[in-house]
Amino acid sequence: MTGPSGNGPFGGPGFTVPVLRLGDILLVTLQGELHDGMAEQLQQDITDRIAHTRVTGVVIDISGVDIVDSFLGRVLAEIAAGAGLLAARTVLAGMRPAVAITLVELGLTLPGLRTALDVERAMELLTAGERQAEGSP
Amino acid sequence: MQVSVSVSEENAEQEPPAQQVSAFLERRREQIAQRWADAALFRTVFTVSRDEAVEAGRSVAAALAAVAAAGRLDDIRASGFAAVRDQLGRMAASRGRMGIDADGLADEVAALREPVTDLLRAEFPDPCAPEAQECVLALTVLMGTLRLVVLETTVSAGEEVIARQREQLHEVATPVIKLWESTVAVPLIGTLDSARSQVVMESLLDAIVAERARFAILDITGVPTVDSLVAQHLMKTVAAARLMGAECIVSGIRPAIAQTIVQLGIDLGTVLTRASLADALAYALSRQGVEIAPLRAADAGAR
Repeated sequence: MTGPSGNGPFGGPGFTVPVLRLGDILLVTLQGELHDGMAEQLQQDITDRIAHTRVTGVVIDISGVDIVDSFLGRVLAEIAAGAGLLAARTVLAGMRPAVAITLVELGLTLPGLRTALDVERAMELLTAGERQAEGSP
Repeated sequence: MQVSVSVSEENAEQEPPAQQVSAFLERRREQIAQRWADAALFRTVFTVSRDEAVEAGRSVAAALAAVAAAGRLDDIRASGFAAVRDQLGRMAASRGRMGIDADGLADEVAALREPVTDLLRAEFPDPCAPEAQECVLALTVLMGTLRLVVLETTVSAGEEVIARQREQLHEVATPVIKLWESTVAVPLIGTLDSARSQVVMESLLDAIVAERARFAILDITGVPTVDSLVAQHLMKTVAAARLMGAECIVSGIRPAIAQTIVQLGIDLGTVLTRASLADALAYALSRQGVEIAPLRAADAGAR
């Protein structure tokens, strides 16, 4: 599930976004641009992994993304919705200030997505939510 | 401009007044500069040395000669003025610092006309001859244009100052304060237009990253009025902070403003609001599991 070796340009044909599993959480790190084919592949990968493993959360790290357009915004919302159907919660982590401003100016406020400052905070958010869920009968 | 001192009287008579004025300004440049150096404008700007004043006068006279030679006596955009615009601007700015307003400056520039016209009249054997009158008229027009140029330079310099100060105001008026661990606040003061809200948004988001903030408080106690545009700016800022993973609280909504928001039908339903900054901070602390309680009597007594 990892990309080809070497630091070639992202988004080449056949390149897939790595989806790492850390305990009960899936970690997806996006970098550079995400093309249509890759986005589709990623959505499928994530839902497959959630279905086959017992993860309860997905963290999407976009700290390496310079541009988030309406396409990527829709992909992220769809991933979150799909994960939600499989009882996993999605947190978007590490958005840059410039990206946030651009998204807001475009009117894309991603209302259905949980957000966190960075991956660490996103993990905290997910594990804290879990504990709460466990605590309640 | 190329007219030399040796132009014969007959030739000079054939030339249009503008050319004659140009020739005269070239020929008498030194004398004009000397007289101008004693005029109020030059004397007060160049207080250190008279030579500097004479030099400035010379360059102004040369520029006027160039403009006259081009025949564009009443054109403030004549290329000849470009050379002195900078210098005139400096002089005007220096006068401005001494507390002279535009009117005073205009009078001082107007005072430059007298010595030159006197010199020009002296050039003609009969100052009342029609030819002499025309030349004096041309020179008067030229000096009027100079006055306009100086005033225009002053105004544009003022605009620059205003633009710079507006920028400074943007920076100064939006400090981001760290209230507690991972809690930042921006006290907004004054009218919130789109340029300012952009600055607020940028500095707030940067602070969220720098302080690793979970909570951001926008305090609008100092915002005099909230209309639909201001509300939109606020909601944008709140949405951007949320995208960064911070929860945004709008505080300091005065009763009158709350009424206005309701009457305008602005929906702030998606925005978390509190009445005062203290309430917002209390909310942020309680969400972080921090509680502020008074010291117990025994502890207080022991101190």
